[in-house]
Formats: sequence, C-alpha cells, structure tokens
Amino acid sequence: MAIEDDVLVIGGGIAGLSSAIAAAETGARTRLITHKQSTLGNASGLVDVLGYAPDDDTPRADPYDAIAQLPAEHPYSKVGADAVREGLALFDDAVGDRYRGSHSAANALVPTHAGSVKPTARYPRSTAPGLVSDDRDMLLVGIDSVTGFDAPMAADHLSAVGVPFDVRGETVRFPKSFPQDADVTRYARALDRDESVDDGTVREVLADRVEAVLEDERRVGFPAMLGDSRHEAVRTELQDRLGVDVFEVPTGPPSLPGLRLEDALYDAAEDAGVRITSGNPIVDFDADGGRVQQVLMDRLGSEVAYEAQQYVLATGGPVGGGIESDRDVVEESIFGLPVEHPEDRYEWFDDDVWGDHAYTEFGVSVDDDLRPVAGEEVQFENLRAAGNVIGGYDFATEKSGCGVSLATGYVAGSEAGELT
Amino acid sequence: MSEPSTIVIGGGATGVGIARDLAMRGVDVTLLEKGNLTHGTSGRMHGMLHSGGRYAVTDQHSAEDCMTENRILRDIASHCVEMTGGLFVQMPEDDDEYFQQKLEGCRECGIPVEVLSAEEVLEMEPYLSEDLERAIQVPDGAIDPFRLCVANAVSAENHGARIETHSEVTDLLVEDGEVVGVEVEHKSGAGSRVHGAAGETEEIYADHVVNAAGAWAGEIGAMADLDVEVIPAKGVMTIMNVRQVDMVINRCKPRGNADIIVPHETTAILGTTDEEVEDPEDFPEEKSEVDFLIEEMSKMAPILEDARTLRSYWGVRPLYEPPGTGTEETEQITRNYFVLDHDDRDDTPGLTTVVGGKFVTYRKMAEDCADHVCGRLGVDAECRTADEPLPGSEDGAILSDAMDRYGLRSPLARRNKQRLGSRYDDVLSGGDPNPVVCDCEGVTRAEIQDAIESAGTDLNSVRQQTRASMGTCQGGTCAHRLAAELHPEYDEEAARAALEELYQERWKGQRHALWGEQLDQATLNHALHASTMNRDRDPTDVSVDFESFDAGRAVADGGDSDGN
Repeated sequence: MAIEDDVLVIGGGIAGLSSAIAAAETGARTRLITHKQSTLGNASGLVDVLGYAPDDDTPRADPYDAIAQLPAEHPYSKVGADAVREGLALFDDAVGDRYRGSHSAANALVPTHAGSVKPTARYPRSTAPGLVSDDRDMLLVGIDSVTGFDAPMAADHLSAVGVPFDVRGETVRFPKSFPQDADVTRYARALDRDESVDDGTVREVLADRVEAVLEDERRVGFPAMLGDSRHEAVRTELQDRLGVDVFEVPTGPPSLPGLRLEDALYDAAEDAGVRITSGNPIVDFDADGGRVQQVLMDRLGSEVAYEAQQYVLATGGPVGGGIESDRDVVEESIFGLPVEHPEDRYEWFDDDVWGDHAYTEFGVSVDDDLRPVAGEEVQFENLRAAGNVIGGYDFATEKSGCGVSLATGYVAGSEAGELT
Repeated sequence: MSEPSTIVIGGGATGVGIARDLAMRGVDVTLLEKGNLTHGTSGRMHGMLHSGGRYAVTDQHSAEDCMTENRILRDIASHCVEMTGGLFVQMPEDDDEYFQQKLEGCRECGIPVEVLSAEEVLEMEPYLSEDLERAIQVPDGAIDPFRLCVANAVSAENHGARIETHSEVTDLLVEDGEVVGVEVEHKSGAGSRVHGAAGETEEIYADHVVNAAGAWAGEIGAMADLDVEVIPAKGVMTIMNVRQVDMVINRCKPRGNADIIVPHETTAILGTTDEEVEDPEDFPEEKSEVDFLIEEMSKMAPILEDARTLRSYWGVRPLYEPPGTGTEETEQITRNYFVLDHDDRDDTPGLTTVVGGKFVTYRKMAEDCADHVCGRLGVDAECRTADEPLPGSEDGAILSDAMDRYGLRSPLARRNKQRLGSRYDDVLSGGDPNPVVCDCEGVTRAEIQDAIESAGTDLNSVRQQTRASMGTCQGGTCAHRLAAELHPEYDEEAARAALEELYQERWKGQRHALWGEQLDQATLNHALHASTMNRDRDPTDVSVDFESFDAGRAVADGGDSDGN
C-alpha cells in the first residue's frame, strides 16, 4: 500500500520548500520528501534574483530589467518576471521579519567574505547594516582563530572597490579557545549560550575586545558566526554593548545564515500544513501512460511507495544530487531524464576557471509549465521540475540562485496544487 | 683566493642535489630555476620510491642504483619517505616465465624479494582483483618530491648557496669558445621568490656551469650551439581521492603502460603512459589517456573503475641515450643517466650537462656530476650527501608526542609530524592560535606561514610544501584562506593575485576529472567562489553607481539605522 497525497515534492532545498508551500496554499494535501540536509549549509543565506545580465561587467541595480534580456531557454524566460515577483512574495511571507529587501525593487550590494561586493535581492536582517550603498564608516572584525574571513584584507579590498565610506579591518582573539579544526558553529554555540570565561562571559569579553579597537565607525561587521538558535539575542547584545550597529558578513560552509534560512523555511512549510518525510532517498518510480504512478523510497534496503496525483522534482543540481554523471553521460538521478550535454567530456568545461563552462548549466530541459522534456516531448504530464535540477542557467555567475528556485518553485508548486 | 664558483641551471631534484653537493664541498653555487622548485619533471612524477624491481629484468644497472639510493634516502630523507612496500602482481594473462625472470633479476640486483600467494596478497590488499595469481614483494615506497627538493635547497643554502627561483636562463655567455656564465631574467612576483628585481636581467659569471635542466637541457645546450639530444616523453598520472591500496602495486609483465599504483599521503596515484613529445612545455593532454589509465588499472584493482578521481597531470621524462643507440620505443630507453663534459665532447669548456636518470637516483647523479665538476675546478673534497641527513630528517627520535605540546588533535599531530619531520618544533612553536587552514589535508596556519617564509606569494609552492589545497575540495574551501595568510605582509592586491594563480592551477588538473563526484565538487567550488564571493565578477575595475542600489530599509524610510 502506497502512502498517498495530492502533491509530492521531492527535495528539501529552497525550490522544494517553496514548491511545497505554494502547493499547500492551494489547499492540496502536500508532502515533501527530503533525503539529506539541503545544500543551504553551503550557501550564503542571501537571496539573489539576478545580479548580472549576460555579458554585464557591472552589477545590476534593477533585476527585473535584466530578466527581459535573458535567452529563451533560461528558466526565468519560461516562467516570466511576474513569477519571480510571486516567488519573492512567497519568500517574504514565509520568512517574515528575518529578512530585508522587500521594501525596494532594487538589488542591494553586500560585502562578501572575500571583500568584494555582490548584488542580491533579499538579505538576512543581520546583514542589513552592512550594505555598501549605506555610507556610514565601517569596521570589520575578524577572529584570529577563524580562517574564513580575514577582516583587514577584506577591508582593503572593499576600499579597492571604491565603496562610499571608510572601512578598516581589525583582528581580535575570541574569548574562548577551541581545537584547531573547530567549525564556526562551535563559536556560534558559545555565543548562543553566552558561556563563562575568565573575565565574564563570551559576549561581554568579545564586546570589550572589539570596543578596544573601535574608533568612530558607526557599524561593525563580523564573520557570520554570531549565534545560531539565539542569534538575534547575540547580535542585539553586542550592538547594545558597542553602541553601534552590528552585522554579519556571509561566509562559506558551514554557513550559519544558510542554515538559519533552512530552519525558517521548514517552519513556514510546517505552518502551511506540508507533511515532511526526511532521511531516506527516492531511488525509483513507476509510470504508466506518460504519468508517474508512484515513487519509491529506499528505507534501509526496503522500498516504500509514495503516490500522488502531481509530482514536483526539486532535487537540485550536481551538488544536491539531482544531476549525476559518469565519464560518458550526464542525466537526472531519479527518473533518468535526459540532460543536454556535449558528447565529448572535454567540452563540458573551459580551460579558464572563470570561462564559459557547459557543466555549470547542466540540468533538465522543461516546457513553459516546467514539465521536463526530451527534445520537445513532455516526459510525464504530472511531473514538474523546480530549482537547480533545471538546466540552461548558471546561477553562480549571474547571481540568481535562490531567485530561480523561488520563481520555479512557486510556479511548479501552485500549478501542481491547482490540478488536484 | 676566492672559492671556485658554479652555476646550476634547473631546480628539479638533480639541480638541487648538485647544488647541495657542491656547496657541501665548499664550492660557491648559484642555482637558477625558471619556475618554482620542481616546476618541471620532479614535481610531476608519481611519487614512487623505486626499489629497482621495475628495471630488474631489462635495465639492471638502473635497478642496482635504485636499490642503493632507496636505502640511502630512507636514511637521509626519512621525513620525505613512506616505506609502504611494493608488489609485482601477476594476473592470469601474465607470463609465468616473466615472473621468474623478475624474481631472479631482483635477486641479481640485490633487491630483497619474497613471493606471496594470492591469499596472502588479498589479505594485505583487499581491493586487488581476486583473479590475481601471486605477487613478488619488494621494498618500493612513496616519496614526496617537493619536500625532498626543498630540503636539498635549504641544505644548499645552509652551506652558502644562492637559490633563485622564478629566474629563467635566457642565454649562455660564451667567450673565446668557453662557457663563462649565464644571462638570467628575474620574473615578476612579490616576496622572497625573487631576489633580483622583478623583470631585471642579470649576467652571472662562474668558473663552471652545470646544465641540469632535465627535459629542457637541449634548449640550454642550444644557447651555446651544442647538441644535447634529450627525448621528452610524456606520461599521465591520475590522482584518486583515497588510498585504495597501501602498497605500491606494479603489474608483473614486461614494462608497459598504465601499470603502477602508488599510495601517496591521503591519495593513490595511477601511472602512467610513455609517449615521445616534441616540446616539453606544450603537448596535448588527452582524455583518452586518462580513460586508458583508469580502464587498465581497473583490471588489477576493480574498485578503481568507478572511484573518485581528483585530477590528472602529465610529466615529461628527460630521456637520453647516447647517439647511435637507435632504440625505437621510449619505454625501452634506459633510465640510466649521463654526465656530458662539453669540453671533451664538443671542445666547449666550462659546461657540463647531466641528463637521463630517475628521480630516485637524483643523489647519485648529483654526486657523479659534482665529482666531475670538482675535477674540472681542481676541488679536492669528498661527497658527503649520502651520510648527512637533510633538514627535517636529522633525528628520527625528535618525533615525540606533540599532541600535548601544541594541543593538536591526534590526526593533525600525526600529519604535521610526517610532513615536517624534525623541523616540527621550530615550525609549530611559532603559531598561536594555530587554526587549521586546509581542512582536507589538516594543514595548520603555522605550517602555511613557514612555507610562505620561503615561497613568498607563490601559493603553488606553499601548496607543494604543505599539501594545502591538494585534497578532495582541490582548493574550493581553502584557496582564499591560504591567500589571506599572505596579508598583511603582502598587500591585498598581491594576495588576491596569488589566490587567482593558485585557483587557476587547481582548476587545471581537475578538468581531467570532471565527472561524477568531482564534477559535483567543481560545481560547489564554482558556487562558493562565484556566487558567495563574487570572485568572477568582482567589480574592482569597473565603477559602480552605489547610490542606485538599495541602501537599507531604515535609511530609505528616513530613519537613523537598521540596527534591530
């Protein structure tokens, strides 16, 4: 006996979660199945919609203007700019006050942990005081035992970019020492718990050390490690003690802003009534007459069937596991959907690491309803794709990662829901 | 009277070995290398410490040299060597008679051998094919070429030598038919990697010049109109992301292509092919060579068929045979080496060329070459390189328990000790705090800083010394952290340029492994560097209209700030 729902979403990243929320909001009985932790732990937690149109050198302030210039096979071209707005509206609603940026249609520029600036559409509240269009002087603070963010170097780079304020970097010692290979999550936990140290607590002593190097800057940026579960309390306390705004600069994995975003979206999905099944992969499916009948989960070696009227495939790209490859072939992992790729493996890449690579756009092709196609032919009438499992765009280069996931997730989820 | 002076061209194993040897004999030495140390062939070998077993049937002279030097290197370079042991594995299709020849050949060359049954082999190496017949065990091992070359260079410097990397010899200075020096161009780059000013051309005179440029020796010879016929032969190597084997695995059949696996640190290296090329600097790196390697090696170790590879690279052997030998196949050319005196040979005094040979016999080559040069210079001093340990290997007992002293977790402490040998204390005592910079290989800040002291902004050299960025992520999660270690000693722009150079180099080899999990890794790296860091469209050279972007809600609303 299969487990039955109206809509079944496979994948627990931004695309899967937004699909599931959109489907549930149509009133459909919706289940989301997710295998492993999503790739959000690798992501910055920023919600990029479109930072650069093709061939742009300079970042775009208006993402919608650039959407019109994209080629026809781009997912944004399939769903249209209105779907992008709807996807963002779904996001704003889901995360509430945790994120900023909805007051303006313009992109924001945020400092990265490499000291460059990048355009993004939505940013965590903790990142907001760090925007580089804001002209208040800035102090960046690095922790000498945390190697992902070198504050003096990032400050020098921001100056080289020509930001409209003075920026300095200082390095301080964390009030507590950890093993050499401790993740930033260990530092965040010490701040969450405000653990005791010799001269007080972690938060107090950290604030004292920063105060000692603070001059007349009105805002102070830390690597994104200011707490996890009690993150707002940590940031607020540092802010109060220092008397200036405190912000986080997004860093690489493990990324606390990415993990916090994941938590927020799971909460929103549960609030929307989505049933969530996690921990095991979908490995196979049954189809009949061009319809997916059921998908099969591998649970400790035995197969469990899940059945629905409509399915959304949101398993991600190569990193998420939605796309797989060997020395000869690239294809989608569960349904074996075709992925367009050059026949010769040596044409999958360019010799320059920043060149125009084929592999960065690997993913399934879809029609305007986001149904995977082989050539022109729809593969399954009740299967839609959302997010990075869709090919034809390079989210990293154009800075569109979450935006495409939200727009296609919104469309795939709401259309699937409405058909049930 | 001032001491006699020499110039050594080439910073590979042979060049640094000669520099060390001559310097220890009291000769004034300047070594010139156009890239970083091991830039050429030495840095692109498979890391095998030969027992000589490989040459025991067809090239017994090389085999004996290998075994002798294998023993010496274990003594003088213990921190560069891992004595894994090696096997010559006979597969069902391999000839019994050849197996016997190999066994006898090894015995004739003084190589200790033992015959193992299939059961015994599979007990030790469970991932080998269950079809195998039997194997010969020999004392093969693994060796770190960069660590070894750096140790030689440091020792040479300690004995007064001048070591110049990133300095390309552009001409030989010839006066009255005699080589009297070189013209050298110092390349740009910050830090100690260049002693001369960047872009500067310098003429250096010496009593004798040694051409140890390996595959490039012919080009150096041509600068004095001398004919040195080096045959460059390329070979591909593929790096696996784990050690599928713990011993060096050779196929027991007449010498051929794709028949060695060398366990190396956290990886295993598959090798190799052997094909003559025109230009040692520029030759095709082909997909078919990688596929061939994986498919061939999978016959001996089936697990390799679908295993994750990290990257592939090609090395160029500087093969040499005396004119008129007429060997057809490059793999049949002797691995013996030759010291060519251009006075005797070409009536051009002042220059000696050393060609051919094996990485493992670099010290013996250096000794013979230094003997020859000292003869020419009238220096009467004994070679001491076989007895005096290299820096880092002086005292095996010094590898005491550092976990307590430096608060390192045990796997980190073990890896650090292996890499640093007896330099362990010196390097680690400087660092506090000493966080891990490269997670994959467990490389800490102190090690990186130590390498930067000698390598300056050359992060590829830092990488080779420490293994940072050589693990599974291929620099995706650590290349920028390595670059940050350069700052503030070097300015932000120099650090950024060094990052770009390292990141491009890491990409170069990964292209040859771009499927399966490494394609997933490349996709992740691309996301981290292009999306999270915006390194691909970093707006440093364009002007940005900052005011047109969102300046924050509270500011837009007319408030003071968007603090909370």
